[in-house]
Amino acid sequence: MSEKKPSFGLRLYAFLAYAYIYLPIILLIIFSFNTQKLNVRWEGFTLHWYDQLFRDQNVLLATRNTLLIALVSTVLSTIIGTLAALALQRYHFPGYTIAESILYIPVIIPEVVMGISLLVFFSMINFRLGLTTIALSHIAFNIPFVTLVVRARLHGFDKSIEEAAMDLGANWLITFWRVTLPTIMPGVLAGALLAFTLSLDDYVITYFTAGPGSTTLPLRVFSMVRFAVTPEVNALSALWIVTIFVVLGIGQIIQRRQT
Amino acid sequence: MNNYRHLTLLLVAVFLLAACGGPKATEAPPLPTEAPQVTEAPPPPTEAPQSTEVPLPPTEGPQSTEVNLYAWSEYIPQDLLDGFTAKTGIKVNYDTYSSNEELLAKLQAGASGYDVIIPSDYVVSIMVKQGLLEPLDMSKVPNFKNIGDAFKNLEYDPGNKYTVPYQWGTSCLVVDTSKVTRPITKWADLWDPEFKGKVVLLDDEREVLGMVLSVLGYDKNSTDPAQLEEAKTKFSELLPNVRLFDSDSPKTALLAGDVWLGQTWNGEAAIAHGENPNIAYIFPEEGCTIWYDNLAIPKGAPHVDASVSLIDYILSPEASILISKEFPYSNPNQAALDLLKTDDPAIYESYMSYPATNPTPEDMKRLYIIKDVGDATALWDRVWTEVKGQ
Repeated sequence: MSEKKPSFGLRLYAFLAYAYIYLPIILLIIFSFNTQKLNVRWEGFTLHWYDQLFRDQNVLLATRNTLLIALVSTVLSTIIGTLAALALQRYHFPGYTIAESILYIPVIIPEVVMGISLLVFFSMINFRLGLTTIALSHIAFNIPFVTLVVRARLHGFDKSIEEAAMDLGANWLITFWRVTLPTIMPGVLAGALLAFTLSLDDYVITYFTAGPGSTTLPLRVFSMVRFAVTPEVNALSALWIVTIFVVLGIGQIIQRRQT
Repeated sequence: MNNYRHLTLLLVAVFLLAACGGPKATEAPPLPTEAPQVTEAPPPPTEAPQSTEVPLPPTEGPQSTEVNLYAWSEYIPQDLLDGFTAKTGIKVNYDTYSSNEELLAKLQAGASGYDVIIPSDYVVSIMVKQGLLEPLDMSKVPNFKNIGDAFKNLEYDPGNKYTVPYQWGTSCLVVDTSKVTRPITKWADLWDPEFKGKVVLLDDEREVLGMVLSVLGYDKNSTDPAQLEEAKTKFSELLPNVRLFDSDSPKTALLAGDVWLGQTWNGEAAIAHGENPNIAYIFPEEGCTIWYDNLAIPKGAPHVDASVSLIDYILSPEASILISKEFPYSNPNQAALDLLKTDDPAIYESYMSYPATNPTPEDMKRLYIIKDVGDATALWDRVWTEVKGQ
């Protein structure tokens, strides 16, 4: 806890670094209020594009699809990923190293490879493409991320408190519910948030596993900008960014309240 | 338990926020902690209002109640689809892709469930070769008669066995005549040193290398390694003049005044012309490309009857003029253009008078189609990346 104030040079550097990250996003949001449809230069202020956005059936449907998939895949991958992390923390068994390494490989496999393999797999077993296949795929790629985050939290986990609970008469279920889970909750929440944001903006895997009636927002936006980046696209992106900020903000508040 | 409630609350809050766009996070009711099953999804709140209307008496009309359309975004007016639903009671699910290659890759990998797709010319030949398209029963598409004769029986689908044209367009030379005072008549003019850093090209190897080959006097679909090697040298000489490669919105740089001339899609030029009348669209002496987008039914489509019915509806003049009113590409539907003349004379006038949407028969002779170059694709890729990487 040093009281030292940063020098002017350091402050300037930090300012530039933040500007580098956020300036394009701020410009994008500003231009979502532009009256000019071609969005080449600033002409005047309007809320027209937001209005149009909320009337656009296709965008609303894509929003619904995206959130539904993100919600389902976050909950399921968080449960599975957390259980996997606990198991890897607790047990040692023949083939442990292999089990541990291949769990993380999906993190580094190129998304294209994963997407194509999923598509080929689904069409081989004649599984109808749609929301279900996208959700299944998102669960698959989210599990390793959740496991990684939860394992980091488990790293300094003190096993003796579990033993103490058992000694005091709690069975394994109650021990898990009352002792283990609350302790690792910040890790689980962080994993869930990561899974949610990954699912929200995934393009490549979603594109391959999407079927009729399951276009998500990233797919829709990519297709929209092929014709022109109208302020409607800006408005949509702006709302999207705001949503992600709100999610992260709520996550922070919950975590802070718990510690 | 409390923690789970937090988590669920959080997710519900996000859901509501994004759905309503208002700060209502605190009103979110707690939900059961079980993950909702995908199949239990609530019905889409955004269904077309007409979908409840009674379908026409099914004397010989389609039995299906929905049709899955897979196309580019912003390419089919929503009014048109709503009109189809109102007339037939068939609901249209409109999903999007963003390039021909994406569409092809998905169908090749075995994606199914789509009923109507819109592939471009060279992709149609590949799809026909690979047996990815369902033959079209023309007896059920009476509106095919509305298509102009110049757009029937094209070389990528002789006899229209599989496809009917949807829209067509060109990618030719565009010039801002307020910046470039001397007349520009050919692609070779782009090499003029006075245009240093003032040229925009499409970010598309078939378009750009095809153009360079045409300047050298070769076939624009050449597979000859020596010719491509020569094109590579010629293309490198053009680089100092090229300010940017942009396939998505080349008009932006043009309207901003960053570039003076270059290569664009006709629709881009037409929109730019509407903003700035000095933007001229020119058919260069060496020729430029023409493309056709087509309505087709993929093999194994679940609702073929509804597909045919939708395709026929899109070819009706009443539906087709909606496309021309919204998107400034060229319409192959002669009956629709005739109707547009009385229905909206202003749009008809600007459509007919600007060469980007309505080339003269003289200009049409200079247009060539992009063909699948087969095994030479790798060679094209190499030349393209080597020059662009310089």
